[in-house]
Amino acid sequence: MIRLEPAGAEALLLVLAEQPTAELPLRIAALAERIRHELGPLLTDLVPGWTSLLLHYDLLRTDHLQLTERLTRLLDVWLAEPLADCAGRLHEIPVWYAGADLAGVAQACELSVAQVIELHSAAEYRVGAIGFAPGFAYLSGLPDALALPRRATPRTRVPAGSLAIAERQSAIYPQASPGGWHLLGLCPWRLFDAAATPPCPLAPGDRVRFVPIREAHYYRTLAL
Amino acid sequence: MSRLRVLRPGPLSLLQDAGRHGWQHLGVAPGGVMDEQAAAWANRLLGNAWGAALLEIALGDVELLAEADVWLALTGAEAPAQVEGAPLLPWSRFFLRAGQRLRIGFARRGQRLYLAAPGGFHAGPVLGSCSTQVREGLGGLDGLGSALRAGELLHCSAGTLLCPASVPWYWQAHYPDELPLRVMVGGDAPAFGEAALAAFFAQPWQLSAQSDRMGARLCGEPLPAPVRQWSQGVGRGAIQVPPDGQPIILQADHQTMGGYPLLGWLHPQDLWRLAQCPARQRLRFSRVGVAGVQAGLRRFYGFFRT
Repeated sequence: MIRLEPAGAEALLLVLAEQPTAELPLRIAALAERIRHELGPLLTDLVPGWTSLLLHYDLLRTDHLQLTERLTRLLDVWLAEPLADCAGRLHEIPVWYAGADLAGVAQACELSVAQVIELHSAAEYRVGAIGFAPGFAYLSGLPDALALPRRATPRTRVPAGSLAIAERQSAIYPQASPGGWHLLGLCPWRLFDAAATPPCPLAPGDRVRFVPIREAHYYRTLAL
Repeated sequence: MSRLRVLRPGPLSLLQDAGRHGWQHLGVAPGGVMDEQAAAWANRLLGNAWGAALLEIALGDVELLAEADVWLALTGAEAPAQVEGAPLLPWSRFFLRAGQRLRIGFARRGQRLYLAAPGGFHAGPVLGSCSTQVREGLGGLDGLGSALRAGELLHCSAGTLLCPASVPWYWQAHYPDELPLRVMVGGDAPAFGEAALAAFFAQPWQLSAQSDRMGARLCGEPLPAPVRQWSQGVGRGAIQVPPDGQPIILQADHQTMGGYPLLGWLHPQDLWRLAQCPARQRLRFSRVGVAGVQAGLRRFYGFFRT
């Protein structure tokens, strides 16, 4: 059941499902696109979550009732829509698997380092949501064999471009920041650049694969 | 064109505007001024548009030298402020001649002062805003999220005003010691249960010294918090309760998504007053309905934004 409720005086929360599914991020992205198209000028921000959409709106242009009415009509169309092309864009992201926790993860999962790299790079991931920091994409689809709880003590500084895992998720830290995930490797891409259009190459619903690269390739790409 | 040289930048003086909106889906915090009321009046005193870039001065201790004639306006926290020894009236605009110094002492009541300049201070916008976001490295004078530094130059128009003026005294904010703050109950409130809600509203809370532009942290008898699993978008004023039971009220530089259960939202106009509270102040909360809050907010926006 879909819920629509006020989230403070200037926002509305749409809860679209109780549990996320593989295709939900893409479905939510499609809905967000439609809402942006139809109601854009009334909104100041539109934030997809794992199972929800938060609409920040301009109180001088609309109100809760008007938005609810217009959203109800959009939701009817969205619900009746067949699952659109569920593929999502595919990003093949290069990774130099040399993270500080690679050996530790292998040991905790009772695997060899080579097996960890093979498992992690063989899987296909899906961008579930972007948050925590600019361009920080939560990726679902981590193989069960690599699922570990977060580190007991978060690191005070994780280097920019770090590929990390925790629980059933994977992510890349776009900027250096504190972090409690296990570090598997380094990605030479810039995953957030305020001067680029769009500032972040990944979007909710996109698919991601990791391609292992060597150290020399990493530094060559980083220098570009 | 006019210029102000920063002689003393103060502990945390940040260029802010109405915020960086439209990028939260990429994890970019909206930022913007912490106390919209004081900031709106500073801009209004100079005839600026809503959201013109101004300086948010936390705790005071700032000294600026005019390198050319300029009109300025200062509002917000109560602090001794003077131009070459002559004290300034609170919540007023004033003229600074080339070569004169503006000295702002430490705030005595309230935490944040707002210094506006005609047309707003000049800075290149990053993602549509020059709001300084230190954590994300966005905005500010250098575009990289840096706070004001000694030796920097602030550029603005000189302004063509005729006389000094003050905000009418009954519109000037005062910052009392005990502050009742209004809360719109909602979000995961049903999962908290009536007993936890009653405990939240019954006890006095203390504002923690660990509070910052991201969130105001409260200390008190821990609340029993339910568990929520799936991160969702969160907004300014949201009251999160992490597993330790000590609520956090999200402020201007809040993260865009959160997984902690929400008890409700603070009244936006009370959030601005909270931004002026010193650490360890006692806070009490009361309930308010969304419709009344929206009506008040719409009146405020109607006056300042149109």
